[in-house]
Amino acid sequence: MKTFLAELKTSVLLTLVLAVLLCGAYPLVVWAGAQALFPARANGSLLTDKDGVVRGSALLAQSFTSDKYFQPRPSAAGTGYDASSSSGTNLGPTSKKLADSIAAAVAAYRTVNGLAAGTPVPADAVTSSGSGLDPDISVANANLQAARVAKARGLPLEKVSTLVAAHTTGRDLTVLGEPRVNVLLLNLALDDSAAAR
Amino acid sequence: MNSPNSWLQFALYVGALLVITKPLGLFLVQVLDARGRTFLDPIVRPFERLTYRVCGIDPEKEQGWIGYTLALLAFSLVGMLFTYFILRFQDRLPLNPQGLPGLAPGLAFNTAASFTTNTNWQNYGGEATMSYFSQMVALTIHNFTSAAAGIAIAAALVRGIARHSAKTIGNFWADTVRVTYYLLVPVCVVFALVLVSQGMIQNFKPYTAAKTIEPYTIQVPKTDDKGQPVLGADGKTPVLVDQKVDTQNIVQGPMASQVAIKMLGTNGGGYVNANAAHPFENPTPLSNFLQMLSIFAIPSALTYYLGRMVKNQRHGWAVWGAMAALFVAGALVCWKFEAAGNPIHQKLGVAAADGNLEGKEVRFGIFNSALFATITTDASCGAVNSMHDSFTPIGGLVPLFNIQTGEVIFGGVGAGLYGMLIFVVLAVFIAGLMVGRTPEYLGKKIEAYDVKLVMLVLMLLSATILAGTAWAAVSDWGQAGLNNAGPHGFSEILYAYSSAVGNNGSAFAGLTGNPANGDWHYNVTGGVAMLIGRFLMIVPILALAGNLAGKKLVPASAGTFQTEGFTFVALLVGTVVLVGALTFLPALAIGPVVEHYLMHAGTLF
Repeated sequence: MKTFLAELKTSVLLTLVLAVLLCGAYPLVVWAGAQALFPARANGSLLTDKDGVVRGSALLAQSFTSDKYFQPRPSAAGTGYDASSSSGTNLGPTSKKLADSIAAAVAAYRTVNGLAAGTPVPADAVTSSGSGLDPDISVANANLQAARVAKARGLPLEKVSTLVAAHTTGRDLTVLGEPRVNVLLLNLALDDSAAAR
Repeated sequence: MNSPNSWLQFALYVGALLVITKPLGLFLVQVLDARGRTFLDPIVRPFERLTYRVCGIDPEKEQGWIGYTLALLAFSLVGMLFTYFILRFQDRLPLNPQGLPGLAPGLAFNTAASFTTNTNWQNYGGEATMSYFSQMVALTIHNFTSAAAGIAIAAALVRGIARHSAKTIGNFWADTVRVTYYLLVPVCVVFALVLVSQGMIQNFKPYTAAKTIEPYTIQVPKTDDKGQPVLGADGKTPVLVDQKVDTQNIVQGPMASQVAIKMLGTNGGGYVNANAAHPFENPTPLSNFLQMLSIFAIPSALTYYLGRMVKNQRHGWAVWGAMAALFVAGALVCWKFEAAGNPIHQKLGVAAADGNLEGKEVRFGIFNSALFATITTDASCGAVNSMHDSFTPIGGLVPLFNIQTGEVIFGGVGAGLYGMLIFVVLAVFIAGLMVGRTPEYLGKKIEAYDVKLVMLVLMLLSATILAGTAWAAVSDWGQAGLNNAGPHGFSEILYAYSSAVGNNGSAFAGLTGNPANGDWHYNVTGGVAMLIGRFLMIVPILALAGNLAGKKLVPASAGTFQTEGFTFVALLVGTVVLVGALTFLPALAIGPVVEHYLMHAGTLF
């Protein structure tokens, strides 16, 4: 019992010492390094417009619904794309709710993009991501949406396709992960090219 | 599975793991020796000495197994209370720019138990619950200390095996302090900055309100002046009103410093709800690769440490080989079924070649999601980069079964090695029974007392998982938390208790463990299961360490069972799989296995 009491005292002291070092000094050192070396990224990769207003983060999906924008993946974060409430649907493979939502999303995707009834739809277009904030869509998904976006904006398809290609990120170090298209950055580029005209 | 690129990524991962095992293992040999020397001595040594002086620790004074255990228990108790009270009163503490309230007792208990035991099960969403102070202090301290304590215990057990006719197994305080100062902190500082370079946040700003590009309208329940929902004419359906959404509230905070140790220390508790699926918490495929590597880094190096300490490097590699074989097998199965996708969804028009992308991120794709799920559950990490709840039945069975084997496939930091050594002793015992002679392990006789301790650990943990699952599955409170019906709902409960007892922390995350009505059952049973999983495993293991340390060496003879080479690896793999399968197959059969067949029959719930 006496040993245990002595160990308790050591425990309290060590917990306090470690709290100062690991919970005070350590995050501050990382903070100082991060803010000095990578300030934009350490603060959320925020995108500001010419008036200095924050319009979003390059890493986080936003809702886009109109035809003139590329549309991101469905989102289960909060009421949708809520960047302070990240979440997936957590619905399982035999969930009726999930199957119903996928059926509806498939039908909607085919309609807005003018696809024939039997056309397979890219999986990322009709399934929710793990975070609900996935900024990317697959290249196949972007290419299928390009014609619709071009038509809605009165642009030649070629021009939109060029923008899609320019916003396609390859695999990291040519091996890791999957090729992808960042929807928010692509849509901002579309708006910019419209403004420039 | 027909993408050559994915195979290349797989090879890269295993190759990188193999390459770091020896150098990191040799570093561990120095760190886990109170008189060891490292290249960090000039910087770290003064901090180490100062800590010993302030806390009254004599690093040279070794402890017997009882002393070692008491120190560990005292340290864990103090740490758990520390976290509990910070969480309860975070509203009165600094660094709470979102004005988040203190946690209710049930959730605070569950969370304190969770982080103390290296589980990091989360019955809450981080960004909507925890202040920066709670994240940084109450939670991060355990990410370090529970990891350091795990490594310390593994070292104590290895010393018990390596020594003979000895009374002591090391000094808990020196082990914990040295692992933290020489290994965890230095690696994490560098790792955290690399993660920031990929896009992870590290700041103390309040959440950012962004003005979105295309505002949209949602329907929300109308509320009256008192905040109560207004009901329609029938008195039941809430009245809905349109609400324009033109801002996106972007999470901020000191994330990178916490994520680095969450991965390296195999803790796994996410800064945000979506954990490593969130683009801030895992921005790129490269950050994903490094996070996966950091999970296995220390557990893998500890096998080298084992070989070095017992002066039989081939034994260390044999243990590594058994772990690697089980890891590769699990990853291949999980990948195959996720890539095959869900026939129900494919009938609805989803492109079959894309696999099952529900709950997964595009930048990682099927392969990296399946690989991450396998790694995080082989280890006791529990971070997720995709939602296991939405995996195909067999794809989800792999992480579940990995946890149920006791997380010995590389495993948690320290916990993986001491868990695997339990199976090594059992395998040696079985081999001894087969040839009809007293089993020996590295020159020591394995006797009834040792085997009893091993069996005690295995049975206690399995019984806790199955009893907890059974209780929840037949209770109203258990079923109320489910997000899915049918066999998948049962899998959610089974996964929850497996994860709690295994100190993993990943989940079939649809399960609501902290319901709005304040029901305490999941919070309390989960918390108790985590404490059992950690401490009722550690105490017998330290007893085993003490007993082994005191044994005399017997010279090897022609009949001695070789604990190296292919036969041993095969026997060890067989023991792990058989014990896990015999214990859990009935439960798995009525969860994921039956769901697999129902999915192919097109049944929906």
